[in-house]
Amino acid sequence: MSVAAAEQHAQPALAPRRFRRPPVRSVYRWELRKLVSQKRTYLGFGLGAILPLAFVVVQLLRHHQQRGGDSIFFSEITQSGLVTPVLMLIFLSAFMIPVIAALVAGDIVANEDGNGTLKTLLTRSVDRGQVFTAKTLAAMTYAAIALYISAAVGTIAGLAAWGFHPIVTLSGSKVSASEALLLIFAGNACYLIPLFAVVSIGVLLSTATRNSAAAVVATIGIVILLYILAQIPGLEGLRPYMLTEQFQAWQGLLRTPTNWAPITHSVWVCALYALPSLFAAYLVFLRRDVAGG
Amino acid sequence: MCSPEPSRRRTSKPSRVASSPATEEAQPVRARGLVKRYGELVAVDHIDLNVRGGDVYGFLGPNGAGKTTTLRMALGLITPSEGIVELFGRDPMRTGAAALEGVAGFVEAPRFYPYMTAGKNLEMLAALDGNGARARIGEVLDTVELADRVGDRVGGYSHGMRQRLGIAAALLRRPRLLILDEPATGLDPAGMRDMRLLIRRLADEGITVLLSSHQLPEVQELCDRVAIVSHGRVVYEGALSDLRRQGGAGYRMHTTEDVRALELAGAQPGIEHPQPGEHGISFQAEEREVGEFSLALGRAGIGVLSLTPELATLEDLFFRLTEGQLAGEAQATPGAETPPQLVEAR
Repeated sequence: MSVAAAEQHAQPALAPRRFRRPPVRSVYRWELRKLVSQKRTYLGFGLGAILPLAFVVVQLLRHHQQRGGDSIFFSEITQSGLVTPVLMLIFLSAFMIPVIAALVAGDIVANEDGNGTLKTLLTRSVDRGQVFTAKTLAAMTYAAIALYISAAVGTIAGLAAWGFHPIVTLSGSKVSASEALLLIFAGNACYLIPLFAVVSIGVLLSTATRNSAAAVVATIGIVILLYILAQIPGLEGLRPYMLTEQFQAWQGLLRTPTNWAPITHSVWVCALYALPSLFAAYLVFLRRDVAGG
Repeated sequence: MCSPEPSRRRTSKPSRVASSPATEEAQPVRARGLVKRYGELVAVDHIDLNVRGGDVYGFLGPNGAGKTTTLRMALGLITPSEGIVELFGRDPMRTGAAALEGVAGFVEAPRFYPYMTAGKNLEMLAALDGNGARARIGEVLDTVELADRVGDRVGGYSHGMRQRLGIAAALLRRPRLLILDEPATGLDPAGMRDMRLLIRRLADEGITVLLSSHQLPEVQELCDRVAIVSHGRVVYEGALSDLRRQGGAGYRMHTTEDVRALELAGAQPGIEHPQPGEHGISFQAEEREVGEFSLALGRAGIGVLSLTPELATLEDLFFRLTEGQLAGEAQATPGAETPPQLVEAR
């Protein structure tokens, strides 16, 4: 080690400076860079991309052999490539996208705690609240990117297979291709509402359990549990308030005229899941002893 | 100074630091009555620390004594069950990151993101520090001689390289107080030597260093003041030289007539345990009594050829303190501002 250079670091330190805390966006940006640097990040993105591709390939092979399907969209699937992203959102929104979101949300605090890097972060010039905010925003950003990657791959693959044509809505009316594209984007945006609630639960579990695997599995377990609860006879009254029921709220956009009721309902129901989770996670994060690693 | 529980500790003299708010405000580390409990286990038991500006302060103790827990509390990583710790007068539990302004270091081994390069790790930390830290990345890497490995992922670094990167990360903050937990652990002899030189140089340039270490020679070489902890409690805090004096000063003396000198030593007040040695005699005594003894020898016509003080080694004292042998002999020696003190060990 070169000791000659040491004085370069020490000398200016003798005069105390005014404390300036870096902005949350700096912390957030580095949270994203950390995600980008990890291979497992691409596992979720890959899952989100492969499934729509596989779907299109299978449907192309299937439609060479037979025609028809189980829903209005199956009957329309070959009529427009824009039907594919709609179908993919219906399929993936129920479980796969929440699983992808849970992979990062459940890991984002617990992993750093286990590796000891949380200590490294918390001995710099950033407050715990800033770190927590940045991590939560990064987990949400990841979930949103995974969702839109899936949507984009589904759209591109669908367009390549079946072209840019109008689609038929759930109300039976036809909308132009450009309007359908807008609806697909908006539908995914609406789906982000319950997805962020899943992320919030994941962040809480990640913060509280300090164990990545446990937090990821528990987040997915909660989603499964809510599905099961919704199916128990006698609990039908609770169904509108189950987070899992909100996964389909975006379909209100595919009605003519647009049915905003399920979407607005989804907003406040999801807030009931997300805000207490985030608040609890924040309090745990602020008060916790960081001794891991 | 040491404990709010007088029945459990004793000090010889009240601390002047405790009665001087001006001094306390500038004090890099000041801990009072620090306690950390984990259920029934008391990991840290009413620890007081006084690290003064410019100190290279050794924090010594056996494994499980509570050193790392204390450092974690100092850096705001864990919440004290009782008591307070302040860095330059600011409590990390109250003021958060602002309390760490001018403070850097690591607890246990420094941790980095193994999937990112050293350069990216430091860039990230610089971004979290602000204040132009990014511009210093090159120079701190030069300091720890990792500039040629900046593009390598930290996952491929050896333990020693990670320790050096930990120092580099700390220097990015231009610290006035450097808190280092076992910085030389795992380093090869050359690495340990370089680490000592670096710490010494940083201290010479005005950085206060709080150094937790198991390496007694390292502490002996580097530190001016020490705190020795055992079972979560401070059993000594003060100047290292005072500790060694307290541990019992011994002398070796070679005279023109060692046999007669030994007889005289046995009759001389204040001279204890006189014994014949390989080359002369040895005994224990206070400095003043040694002077009297020398005069007595002169009056008896015995010439003193050599007189060599033999202080107890830090290792001797460490084991005596942490194993409780010295606790019963505890006597504080008056110091300039903060009297060193031995505190009753359990």
